[in-house]
Amino acid sequence: MEHITLLLAIVIVTALVFDFTNGFHDTANAMATTISTGALRPKTAVAMSAVLNLVGAFLSVEVAKTISGGIINEDGLRTEVIFAALVGAILWNLLTWLVGLPSSSSHALFGGLIGAAVMSAGWSSVNGGTVVTKVLLPAVAAPIVAGLAALLATRLTYRIGGKVRNDAQEKATAKGYRAGQIASAGLVSLAHGTNDAQKTMGIITLALVTGGVLHPGANPPVWVIVCAGTAIALGTYLGGWRIIRTMGSGLTDLKPPQGFAAQTSAATVILASSHLGFSLSTTQSCSGAVMGAGLGRQGGVVRWSTATRMFVAWGLTLPAAGLVGAGAELLTKQGTWGVVVVAALLVVGSGAIWMVSRRKPVGHDDVAPTDVDDEPAGVVTTAIAAVSPPPTTAQAAAQNLMTTIPAPAGTTQDPARPATV
Amino acid sequence: MNIDWAALGSVFGVSLVVTVALVGLFTLGIVGLSKQPEPAAQGGSGGSVLLARAGAYVCFGLCAAAVTYGIYLIVA
Repeated sequence: MEHITLLLAIVIVTALVFDFTNGFHDTANAMATTISTGALRPKTAVAMSAVLNLVGAFLSVEVAKTISGGIINEDGLRTEVIFAALVGAILWNLLTWLVGLPSSSSHALFGGLIGAAVMSAGWSSVNGGTVVTKVLLPAVAAPIVAGLAALLATRLTYRIGGKVRNDAQEKATAKGYRAGQIASAGLVSLAHGTNDAQKTMGIITLALVTGGVLHPGANPPVWVIVCAGTAIALGTYLGGWRIIRTMGSGLTDLKPPQGFAAQTSAATVILASSHLGFSLSTTQSCSGAVMGAGLGRQGGVVRWSTATRMFVAWGLTLPAAGLVGAGAELLTKQGTWGVVVVAALLVVGSGAIWMVSRRKPVGHDDVAPTDVDDEPAGVVTTAIAAVSPPPTTAQAAAQNLMTTIPAPAGTTQDPARPATV
Repeated sequence: MNIDWAALGSVFGVSLVVTVALVGLFTLGIVGLSKQPEPAAQGGSGGSVLLARAGAYVCFGLCAAAVTYGIYLIVA
């Protein structure tokens, strides 16, 4: 390890940072619907996802041989180019997280790579055909496939389960759907760990090979696997609550059967696509599945304004990350000081985005479902409380109702007081 | 540019069929289990209850098998 230069160290750290952003950006894919239907509590959900991501990172023995899968010509790829690409991808990931839009981390990485490679070696280094088959087509096909599957599955589940009418049964079935959803979400998490942590290992390994530390074709050292797995798991555990909120309740309102249908569809599409030789993007599949499930229920609506913003973000991912990557590469080309400047800019940029996010923080409390099982009882008691006591207490009860959480406890005490006086 | 339409088509088909089949099975299982108490309370035929219950467990078993296969796909 004595050959690790400053540049190489920076690239490794940056790759791990990308892995980390990838983790918290993509938590939503597995866990957003699980949280919004109340199948798991927010913290439990991200913890489970994090563990499965970590396990997934160690599961697959297959080494990611290329970063881009042939999108750019990786022969003689300089370490600086990888660095510049990572900078573009990280900044785009952070920006989309700030506005709470799910977008593909892999596409951000591809975009950064394309931009940096073009700036480094010209347009000839980009394989245009592969961009279409590996990025554009999957991005369009994934939401359609997953959405249609989720739509049909939701229709079917409501048709079969439609005979279940009374309340107790509905509660019992909801429990069943939630259990099923947890299984599907677990599969998505596991698949994410294997795929995306693998990608980071590939990047670090490639950088080590380029830097002459490893001989070409070497397997990633154990510390690389451990670091990559840990980084993605930590990121996942942090939870990209903004994106979870958009995906879980921003696009549409999901009930347990829908959540189950959506998550199962997403898991199926992801597994089927990666094993039938036509990889579809995870994020796009999950978002599409959520929308499909939203349309599948009678009276269900998709908030198209949010969906449109998401589509725009998808369209912008490649060019935006590419532009940043190109800009970063322009600087790193200038030599060591350029690399240092880019690293500094990355830190400043990430810090600025984080500062902006603090103005309106979104935490795990903001994504929890508002209609968990115990809530209907609370609404009933507050309604009774609001009707029976004199006007003044009714107003107090109404105010209590608006402050949400302490409402049931507060209002059940309120009517008692005028009775004793 | 060489778009593998056949692969895309099979992904489309397989995803659609598997998702709908799995969700359908699971729903059948849930319905089978949830129906069970009602006829029992009415003192109805125990055979149909048992059948519904057994059917439900078969459905869940098939779903569990699918999940296991999914894990196998991820690991392999």
